[in-house]
Amino acid sequence: MRRILRGAGRPSSQPGPRPADTGPVDTGPSAAVPSPQDPPPLLRARGLVKVYRSGGGSLEAIRGVDLDIGTGEFVAIMGPSGSGKSTLLHVLGGLEPATRGEIWLRGQRVDGLSASAWAVLRRRHVGFVFQFFNLLSTMTVADNVELPALLAGVPPRQARRRREELLAELGITAKADTAPSRLSGGEQQRVALARALANEPSLLLADEPTGNLDSANARDVLRLLCRAHASGQAILMVTHDAKVAGLADRVVSLFDGMIADDATVVPAPRRQAPLRDFLELRG
Amino acid sequence: MRQPLLALLAKEPAHGYELKLALEQTFGQAYPSPNIGQIYVTLKRLEQDGLVRSQDVEQDSRPNKRVYELTPAGREALAVWVTEPIEGPRVRDEFFMKLVLAPMAGLADRLELINSQRRHYFGIMRNLMDMQAGMDSATPAARLLVEGAVLHLQADLDWLQRCQEELL
Repeated sequence: MRRILRGAGRPSSQPGPRPADTGPVDTGPSAAVPSPQDPPPLLRARGLVKVYRSGGGSLEAIRGVDLDIGTGEFVAIMGPSGSGKSTLLHVLGGLEPATRGEIWLRGQRVDGLSASAWAVLRRRHVGFVFQFFNLLSTMTVADNVELPALLAGVPPRQARRRREELLAELGITAKADTAPSRLSGGEQQRVALARALANEPSLLLADEPTGNLDSANARDVLRLLCRAHASGQAILMVTHDAKVAGLADRVVSLFDGMIADDATVVPAPRRQAPLRDFLELRG
Repeated sequence: MRQPLLALLAKEPAHGYELKLALEQTFGQAYPSPNIGQIYVTLKRLEQDGLVRSQDVEQDSRPNKRVYELTPAGREALAVWVTEPIEGPRVRDEFFMKLVLAPMAGLADRLELINSQRRHYFGIMRNLMDMQAGMDSATPAARLLVEGAVLHLQADLDWLQRCQEELL
């Protein structure tokens, strides 16, 4: 694919060394100590905790998470329902404040930002895709995709060109003037993906993007996400879909609000014919 | 491998290598390709059991080839195979045995066992996804075979998660 899904050539997506926002390089107990020259990871979380309080009780949804996401990496977060996957994603994307801990985005500390400062940051650097699409129902498909660029101050002509490229790339050009509610789930998710990628974000956060789709549409959406990743897009995806484990660079297994395992996915050795156990020929 | 060979021979008589090719063409690269020796051994046993019979066919400028065909007894055995239900869900006993028993003897940590097994499954899933990405021109049978393996693997991963929930 051409670099449309993500403008990998855009120099501003990879900041040079700027001493002002290169914060403390390492505070986590488990992380290797990087040399001062190492660029900061795209996203870094240290000692992240999220507690929900209601009435007299409290629920610890995230209980001390350390996580680094590199530029261009595709990381899946998996785990049982209630393990804190979505909460973690929302906290990392600033949709909910962390109770404790640090979040660094592109070398800049962001956990203390106000909601409006987060909104500005997301517009430029973080795209979001949700399970239920969250498209604006009163606007056309085209306007949904164009809006983030306009909000970010991109000149209208440029915003339109970007929108046209994305709709073409995701195969929904014909639906540009349609209302989202008239589209199928798979089409709506493609529109949501186009919207999320409109500003060429450094990081795409996806919360169960295939959770509400039938298997054919889920496959198409995963294929598009893989193409975006192949052209350099960093993706952090919460999912129940085990197929994603075969597509991502890394899988983080979350359990009870903590990371139980953080595994780089490597192909199984070739001697393990993948179907040997499944296809048992009787003889 | 007995029954698949009988099923192929029910269509038309064939020699060993043709059977190997037919299996590969139908099920694609996902299929754990049987080696030709296995096929000949199986055919020989089927013949001893009276389910197939063979005869040498002369070829110009090549060694004779042995062509196999189904006997009435073979056709009957095949009919039984086709109509009987297949065993229910298999559980992957060996890992489960390890998971339950090894920690009891202080031989291993359950979370480590689960994590390493899960990493292995992820690796297999990677292989299957790579395979699936190159299957646009594959037969429907070959594609379904990979899809089936993916679904089984997904169930294995779900089961692993349940084990983690209950045993840790």
